[in-house]
Amino acid sequence: MTVFTLRNLIELSYNSLSYAALLFLLASGLSIIFGVMRIVNLAHAAFFLLGGYVALTVYRVLGTALWTLPVAMVVGGSVVAGVAVVIERFFLRRLGQDMTAQVLVTIGFAFIFFDTNILIWTGDNYMLHRPWPLDDSTVIGGIAFPRYRAFMIVAAVVVWAILYFVIERTRAGAIVRATVDDPQMARGIGINTNLVQMSIYGLGVFLSAMGGVVGGAFLGVSPGLDFLILPYAFAVVIIGGLGSLTGAVVGSIVVGFMENFGTALFPELSYFALFAPMAIILAVKPTGLFGRS
Amino acid sequence: MLKRLASHGRVVLTLAVFAALGAATPFLNDYLQSIITRALVFAIMAMSLDVLVGYTGLRSMGHGVYFALGAYSAAIMIGKMNVANLLGVFGVGLGLSCAAALFLGLLAIRAVGVYFMMITLSFSMVMWGLVYRWHTVTGGDNGITGIIPPDAFGLSLQDPVLFFYFTFAIFMVCLGLLFLLVKSPFGKTLVGIRESEARMKMLGYNTWLHKYLAFVISGTFAGISGTLWAMLNRFIAPTDVELVTSVEALLMVALGGPATLVGPVIGAGVIMFLRYWVSTYIERWYMFLGITYIITILYARGGIIGLVERLWSRKEEAPSSAPDRRVATSLTTLEGRKQP
Repeated sequence: MTVFTLRNLIELSYNSLSYAALLFLLASGLSIIFGVMRIVNLAHAAFFLLGGYVALTVYRVLGTALWTLPVAMVVGGSVVAGVAVVIERFFLRRLGQDMTAQVLVTIGFAFIFFDTNILIWTGDNYMLHRPWPLDDSTVIGGIAFPRYRAFMIVAAVVVWAILYFVIERTRAGAIVRATVDDPQMARGIGINTNLVQMSIYGLGVFLSAMGGVVGGAFLGVSPGLDFLILPYAFAVVIIGGLGSLTGAVVGSIVVGFMENFGTALFPELSYFALFAPMAIILAVKPTGLFGRS
Repeated sequence: MLKRLASHGRVVLTLAVFAALGAATPFLNDYLQSIITRALVFAIMAMSLDVLVGYTGLRSMGHGVYFALGAYSAAIMIGKMNVANLLGVFGVGLGLSCAAALFLGLLAIRAVGVYFMMITLSFSMVMWGLVYRWHTVTGGDNGITGIIPPDAFGLSLQDPVLFFYFTFAIFMVCLGLLFLLVKSPFGKTLVGIRESEARMKMLGYNTWLHKYLAFVISGTFAGISGTLWAMLNRFIAPTDVELVTSVEALLMVALGGPATLVGPVIGAGVIMFLRYWVSTYIERWYMFLGITYIITILYARGGIIGLVERLWSRKEEAPSSAPDRRVATSLTTLEGRKQP
């Protein structure tokens, strides 16, 4: 097995870490949404993909200079979050805590997005561009490190830092935490929990769609990608624990490494190696590694 | 006497409808025939899921696992190993799905609510991952072809009409067995667990064991539908057993009416009809499917059976039908839905 030369180990680790970063961008929103709203959001990966498609249009309008990347991230995230807020207000809120209904309605929207994407952007496969200087690799000690992967890691770290600060250190974060811990009490002291839930859904989807803009230059943008990556998003939050930010970080890293190393070591059973530990973790601790019941 | 007949009215009506279906199908055109056969296959899956979701209140997103085991075991035995023994193929499929349910139930039953949903969802992913990447055994993305149904008692199941009757017979047996199950004292304990597990525990029932048995029985029946599906299509691929399959089975239950057994059969019929008939006329099929999901949840709570019963009781205002209506809609009302 050629996997365990130092060179391969470094390359694989770098790939795993950057993949984990992308998974964090995808799954952190899913985890936050669940933590606050207890909604099983099967449309999450569809929002991710939709973000990528919006970015495609942004690049077509603005061109492909470096500054268009952050613009596309913000615009893609905001547009999709706007759609999501409307869905939350008029559909999800009516469902309350009925999990079967949440699952079926969110997957219904995933199907609708699947079709509207084809309607608007055709069924072609696109790869979003990587602006200079992210389009090249940096060679250190004979090993090429693609810069875009480094950018994904930086983006994930920045997002994590902002989320951590907002949730743990600000008044808005305190309101959110109060809503998670005891929604009834939170309402009692005058917190508009409906507004909190809508904002959280918007925020979670914003993160996902922004991740889609970043990931669009890595995974590409094509119909069906949403249903392909949805299991990964759930693997991350299930391993880490639904509703835990730390859990999302750990879950992303675990899944990122298992996917890359698993594919290199035993390609045929790599998905099994990825998802089976998840089932076992759940069996031992149903709330995931960092989740609370 | 009249009262007795009335209490069996539903059963008689159901049997009459199915008898008519069985008699009429051979005279329909080939395409409709194949849709009805497909609907019956998925109806077995939906009914088995109803035992878990509707009656026991365990929302499983892992039913595709048993469907996949039934389908892939048949595919590998017939398509790759050239086994021509029908009973053997069904036996292995049944045994595998039962064994899987026995094992997975041990892992899953401990979890409650959304965590049960998550853990069963993870089973779906494990199964899908296995068939998708394990090329040497499952053919990976390409799937397995040439799953020709072996002869049954000297009759060739390659004939579509005979295959329909074969499926129909298995379906009726499954319906009968599951009906006896949910009407049995054991079935009543499942409903009791759904309504209040704590109370059932206090009454001295081993609720874990009852839920576990429901899980295993439900999974085993789903395996049958997988085996039939593989033989019907003569082809199986990972797209047949992905997460969406498990969700679609849930939709069939919700659409038809949970905890009614016949409801999910209607749900399966409607979805299969939409998927194979309407989709040939509608260009934007996924849009239509998505809207179907949403409308079902927003406007057809309690499912089609629930709607019919509501109309019926409005006409009759008969208090005797009240308990049944409650069963049909309790899936949605008992989950802390915000009251408007």
